[in-house]
Amino acid sequence: MISNFINRKIFTLFKVQYSNMLEYRVEIALWAISGIIPFFMLNIWTNNNLNESINISDIMLSRYFLCAFFVRQFSVVWVVFSFEEDSLMGKVSPYLIQPLNPFFRYFAQHLAEQITRFPFALIIAFFFFIFNPESIWFPNLGILLLSIISTFLSFLIQFLIQSIVACLCFWTEKASSIERLLFIPTLFLSGLLAPVVSFPAYVKSWIYLTPFPYLIDFPANLLSGNETNISGGLSMQILWIFLLFPLFKKIWSEGTKKYTAMGS
Amino acid sequence: MNLRKYLKVYKKFLHTSLASELEYKTNIIVDLFTAILSLVGSIFLLSIFFQNNGYIGGWKFEQALIIQAIYTILNGITNTWFNPNLTEIVKHIREGTLDFVLLKPIDSQFFISLKKINPSGFLEILLGFFLLLFCMRINQINLNLSFLTLSLITISCSICILYSLWFFISTTTIWFVKTWNAIEVLRSFLYIGRFPLNSFSFSLRVFFSIFIPIAFITTIPSEVFLGLSQVWEILLEVIVASIFLITSRKFWLFALKFYSSASS
Repeated sequence: MISNFINRKIFTLFKVQYSNMLEYRVEIALWAISGIIPFFMLNIWTNNNLNESINISDIMLSRYFLCAFFVRQFSVVWVVFSFEEDSLMGKVSPYLIQPLNPFFRYFAQHLAEQITRFPFALIIAFFFFIFNPESIWFPNLGILLLSIISTFLSFLIQFLIQSIVACLCFWTEKASSIERLLFIPTLFLSGLLAPVVSFPAYVKSWIYLTPFPYLIDFPANLLSGNETNISGGLSMQILWIFLLFPLFKKIWSEGTKKYTAMGS
Repeated sequence: MNLRKYLKVYKKFLHTSLASELEYKTNIIVDLFTAILSLVGSIFLLSIFFQNNGYIGGWKFEQALIIQAIYTILNGITNTWFNPNLTEIVKHIREGTLDFVLLKPIDSQFFISLKKINPSGFLEILLGFFLLLFCMRINQINLNLSFLTLSLITISCSICILYSLWFFISTTTIWFVKTWNAIEVLRSFLYIGRFPLNSFSFSLRVFFSIFIPIAFITTIPSEVFLGLSQVWEILLEVIVASIFLITSRKFWLFALKFYSSASS
C-alpha cells in the first residue's frame, strides 16, 4: 500500500516534469550542442598525433571522446542553480510544507531532461559517425547495460555533491559561486578534455582516490571498450555515493532548521 | 552624441553596480579562487599535450602559454562586462522592462551593454596580465613602440569581435525570448580560443575563421607578441572587427523594430 503510494507520487512527479521539459525542446537541443567540447579536444589529439605516446589508436580515442560526450550529456546536474533561484524567490517555503523532500522534485526534473535530451544526443552522434565512419562500433548488451548503470551512478554522485552545495544556500544565499569553483576540477580531472591515462604520473598516483575519474573517464572507457577495471570502478562509484548520502542528509536537516523563508 | 554626458553616466553606472556587487564579498574571494584554478587547469591540460611533443601546430609550449594569457585576459573582460550585461537583456525582454531603457534619453545599446559590472572579472584580467608578462620574459620579447601599438590594436579588435558576438546572440532574444542556452553554445565554441588555431584540422580551422572568427580573437594577438604576424593578418582582423561592430549595431536597431513589449 505504502510503496504503491510512493510509486504513484514518483510517477506523477516525473510525468509533470517531462511535459514541462518538452516545452523547452529548442533550449535542450542547444544545450546538447554546447557539450561538444570533447570533439574539439579529439581534433587536437588526433591532428597532432598526441595519442601515439599513450598507446591509444585514433579509432579508440575517437570512440572514447564520443562516449565522454554521451556520459557528460547524461550526467549534467544544475540543481544548485535551480535551488538557489527557488530559495532567493522564497519558493522553497511551500515545498517544505509538502510531505516530500524538494530534492525529489529536482531529481525528477533532471531525469525528465535527460530523456528529452536523448534524441538530440543521438543526432549529434549520427553526425559524428558521418565524419568518422571508421569509428562505428556496437558495444555488446552486457557492456551497454553496465555503462548505463555507471553513467547513472556518475550522475548520482554529481547530484549529491551539488545538492550538498545547494544546501549551503541556507547559510550564504549565493551558493552557485562555490559550485563554479568545484566545476573546475571536475572539468579538468574527470577525463572530459583528456583521458585520465594520459595524465602525468604525479597526478595519476592520487587521482583514483578522488571521485573525479569516476564521473566521466570510467563510464566512457567502459562504453568505448578501452581498458578499465570494471568492478573496481563500479565499487568506487558506489562507495562515494555511500559517503556523500549521509553528508547530504545531515546538511539538509541542519539547513532546514536555519531556514528563514526569504522573500515571503 | 555628447561624449561628456556619456562619461558622466558611465561613472554613475560604475558606482551603483560596484556598490551592489560588493555586498557579496565572499563571492568575490571564491571567484578569485575559481579564476586561479581555472588557469592552473588549462596550463595542466596544455602540459599534457606537450608531454611527449615539442610542438603543437607549430607552437612551442612557451609560445602557447601566450595564447592562454590572452585568453585569460579576454575571458576576464567577458566576465566583467559582457556576461553580466548581456544576460540582462534576456530579463529586460521577458519582463518588458526594455520599455524603460528605450524611453531614456540615452543610447539604448550603450545602456544595456555597460550598465553592470562584475568586479571579480578584474582579478582574472590581472592574472592574465601577470602570465603575459611572465611569457614575455621567457620568450625574450623586447618592448618597443611599434610592437606595443600593434598588440594594443589587435587586442582591442579581439575585444570588439568578442563583444559583437555576445551582443549579436543577446539581440536575437527579441525574437526567441530565451537565449541563455545559445550563449552556452557560444561559450563552448570560445573554448577553442585557448589553443593555437594551427593545432586543429583544416575544416575546423576554416569554420572558426570564416563563420565564427574565434581564430582572430587569440591567435593573431599572440602572433603579434611573438613577432610572427603578417601585415595582412592584422589588417584583416581590423576589417573583420569593424564589420562585426557595424553589423551588430545595425542588427540591434533592426531588431528593435520587432520589439513588442511584454504584458503591457
